Amino acid sequence: MAVSNTMTAPAKPAASREEAASFLIKRHRFRAAEALPWLIAIAVYFIFPDRMTFGSQVLVMIMFALSLDLILGYAGIVTLGHAAFFGIGAYTVGLGAAKLGWTEPVSGLFAAAIVAGLVGFMTGWFLLRYRGLTLLMLTLATAIMLQEAGNLRSDLSGGYDGLPGLTFDPLFGKFDYDLYGHTYYIYALVALAVVFYVVRRIVYSPFGAALTGIRENVRRMHAIGSPVHGRLVMVYTIAAAIAGIAGALFTQTNAYVTLTVFDFDNSAKVMVMLILGGTGRLYGAFLGAAVYMILEDHLSKLSPTFWQFGIGLLLVLAVLFARRGLMGLIEDAAKFVAKRRQS
Amino acid sequence: MPHVANIAVSILFDGLAYAMFLFITSVGLSVTMGLMNFVNLAHGAFAMAGGYIVVTLTRTLGIDFVPSLIIASVLVGIISIPFERGLYRRLYKATDLEQVLLTIGLAFMAIATFTYFYGPIPKSVPLPTWLQGDINLGFRAFPSYRAFLIVLGVILIVVLWYVFERTNIGAKIRAAVDNRRMAESVGINVDRLFTLTFAVGSGLAALGGGLAIQLFGLTPYFAVLYLVLFLIVVAVGGLGSLKGTLLAALVLGVFDTAGKYLFADAGGFFIYAVTVVVLLIKPAGFYGRE
Amino acid sequence: MQIFRWVGAAALALAVGGMAQAETVKIGVVLSLSGANADLGHQIDKAFDLYVKLHANDIAPHKVELVKRDEGPPTGAQAKTVATELITNDKVQILAGFVFSPSAIALAPVVTQAKMPMIIANAGTAWITNLSPYIARLSFSMWHPAYPMGAYAFNTIGCKTAAVAYTDFPPGKDSTEAFVKGFEMAGGKVSMSIPLGSPVQVPDFTPFFQRIKDAHPDCMYVFIPSGAHATGVMKAYGELGMRKAGIKLIGPMDLVPDNKLQDMGDAAIGTIVMGHYAVDLDNPENKAFLAAWHKEYGADSYPDFMSAAGWDTMHAIFDTIKKLDGKMSDGAKVIDALKGWSADGPRGRVTIDPATRDVVQDEHAIEVIRRPDGKLGEKVLGTTKAVKDECKELKIGRCGS
Repeated sequence: MAVSNTMTAPAKPAASREEAASFLIKRHRFRAAEALPWLIAIAVYFIFPDRMTFGSQVLVMIMFALSLDLILGYAGIVTLGHAAFFGIGAYTVGLGAAKLGWTEPVSGLFAAAIVAGLVGFMTGWFLLRYRGLTLLMLTLATAIMLQEAGNLRSDLSGGYDGLPGLTFDPLFGKFDYDLYGHTYYIYALVALAVVFYVVRRIVYSPFGAALTGIRENVRRMHAIGSPVHGRLVMVYTIAAAIAGIAGALFTQTNAYVTLTVFDFDNSAKVMVMLILGGTGRLYGAFLGAAVYMILEDHLSKLSPTFWQFGIGLLLVLAVLFARRGLMGLIEDAAKFVAKRRQS
Repeated sequence: MPHVANIAVSILFDGLAYAMFLFITSVGLSVTMGLMNFVNLAHGAFAMAGGYIVVTLTRTLGIDFVPSLIIASVLVGIISIPFERGLYRRLYKATDLEQVLLTIGLAFMAIATFTYFYGPIPKSVPLPTWLQGDINLGFRAFPSYRAFLIVLGVILIVVLWYVFERTNIGAKIRAAVDNRRMAESVGINVDRLFTLTFAVGSGLAALGGGLAIQLFGLTPYFAVLYLVLFLIVVAVGGLGSLKGTLLAALVLGVFDTAGKYLFADAGGFFIYAVTVVVLLIKPAGFYGRE
Repeated sequence: MQIFRWVGAAALALAVGGMAQAETVKIGVVLSLSGANADLGHQIDKAFDLYVKLHANDIAPHKVELVKRDEGPPTGAQAKTVATELITNDKVQILAGFVFSPSAIALAPVVTQAKMPMIIANAGTAWITNLSPYIARLSFSMWHPAYPMGAYAFNTIGCKTAAVAYTDFPPGKDSTEAFVKGFEMAGGKVSMSIPLGSPVQVPDFTPFFQRIKDAHPDCMYVFIPSGAHATGVMKAYGELGMRKAGIKLIGPMDLVPDNKLQDMGDAAIGTIVMGHYAVDLDNPENKAFLAAWHKEYGADSYPDFMSAAGWDTMHAIFDTIKKLDGKMSDGAKVIDALKGWSADGPRGRVTIDPATRDVVQDEHAIEVIRRPDGKLGEKVLGTTKAVKDECKELKIGRCGS
């Protein structure tokens, strides 16, 4: 990029227009830096082969946080009931395996996505007419009522003791679950990659742009005739489906599911992870979920009783010094380095 | 007493006592969120702190229950001021999400800290004899503690109403809730108002926490366990409204009690079902501003 | 000269070969040490630590090392991750603890695959021990106290009718199912069964109890998780004047946990519970246990049935270490050594049933009384010896598989 000293009036606007146009055209292309999280995930498989059980749980959480980023980060919908879809996906697979003999894992993921997406569509249609604290409470109440309903029919759901001893077929007929969780880590990683690709395409599509528009200035979107409600319901449905897949993976990797998957704690935790990592940036989900879970694990080994203090401190410090989340810190660092390189 | 009337009286009485607890603890949160637009999820932590201070005052220092309640409320109110000034103030202009993150972080730290000092075993308080047992009104007996809760609640409502509606400060608060910029431009020191309301709100939360020990027991986890309940009361009542919080507390308290009595199987449902119904019809709560 | 050296060397070699190799047995401890149920985990943790401290020399030259991990919330997922890593990374030889049933349930396939022995020090769902041949339990199943209470309530206390109230989660349902079975088999009639809400928050018990009061049963059997719920129940029972109205309060010992008894006040006097441990149990092991507990943790701290289970768990592990001379790496051998283990503990005699790997213990009918010194205490009214888990004996529901 040439830095011109002479301020010729017609050249400047054209140059900036070109920059803007090329930015918009190119921004969906994969950047080299984007390979980093995937390389790290693969490296973890080789460097920490004895932490694969934990690794799978981190991947499940990343997917869950990613689904939340779609609605929270891109569409600006704040919800406290996202665990409902996680739970629905988890129980679809659980009940399928326990009661219907549906033990094929990959098709289980699809089933979970469909069921969770359906419920997302139905609830979203009604609830997304509301925003702010109202929506927060409505989504929260819905998730809790779902949990209570599950407890009422604990003959089906197993209640808080859940559905134990679920068995799943070996993946593609060959790869079976092992004590070290190697198979399931790769399985979860591949599922995450596929889901991520889909989410990324959505985000950089015109649909994604419309979502950002809704988030930034919903009145203007209405004014230009954009079908706001329809778009919101659609993204909510997709996010619900993805959360359902995350829940299904949870059941498969644990071979067990209980009603606690619907807990308010789950909804709150995933939101905290996402905000910590940075909303609206996709990779914020990766960073936030990974950092939170790794820190929680590490602290809880150091002090099984008081580890929450460390987590709380991290959150407070993040808000005070990393306003746009950890991704924000990384972006700031990247800009700083880029500026240094120019001068 | 005829059977149905007896049941109705039980439900109303118990519901009222529960509602008073909800009101006392939640009113501070409602005013804070309405006035300062600040999502304070550490509100439950202030309630928990109040409870533990009451425990120490009554058990270690031997002070009576009711004076301990008052001391604890005042103490927590005062302690909340540096939090507001030093920490919360920086985030008034921040997004809701950042406020959520900060206050959840504070709540976690509070839980761990109180676990360190008090241990995780649930605590209780010794009650004076006049609060134990029941009051016999002839046609039936009522548990004294709950009667005390109701009376205390009514007194507080009257006091708060008077302050809100009849005093200068109250008028200033209402003005600032309605339109902060206008209030500032007529010379109201909104910053100082915030600090005052926050302190009073936290003090009331502490009072609620101290009162809750007898009802629910006290563990450090109290800070987040009942937070959902307080948020529901605030949302259903409408932010920043005294009337709203009171009405919400009454409706939710009585419905919850009635639900648990009449349909024990699905008792937990009621409070959430009522919340959904109210919010679908009146999204800003009973007396909230759109 | 050379010969002496050779003989000396040979003698030395023989001597060294004959000496036991000092092992350090790693025990993976998984308990709820933080969060809403931290109090439960800590009651067991304290018992573990106390036993290890007092009996370290019993297994000399061997040692134990406790590797402690937080069980996490009752979803089972964290317990599973944490315990799996204890097995694969920390290379423990035995797992112990488990406050929540979901934790133990989630872990069953893992311990089977890893051939890792696991001793449950609390989780009480009856059919857990059926899930894996490597699971042994030293705490209880919900049926241990509840089933005998049924017959006792009808025959001895004189309850012809009973209302049943329980926190709406599996232990509550199991406990009441067990009580109802025992009660009805003895001839009693259950008039109503009321769920008391979720285990997470302590609810306001008044509306539930008011309803029971209005129905006038002879007795009210209540199951709630031990801890803050218990105090709430007693307060509601007292405030509503239910004892005066002629409704006796009965339940398993979770109803009057020892460390909360003093706070319960007069309302608790006259409550009859069926349990395997009470602080006032009169046997030499318990006296020693209590003295050691108070010395270590203070006069205001009390152990409870979970602590007693923790104590016996560690006792069983130590005895197994002695029996196997520190060689604990073969899981099947460890489980075999545990089967049939029998000893006297604070609860009295406890045995691990070789057929089910579940605990066999005495159940005492206990009444809450006011002692001469003014404090509340417990008096044993009668004892049923060597109670097994009836759910598995009668093969009810999941227990039959």
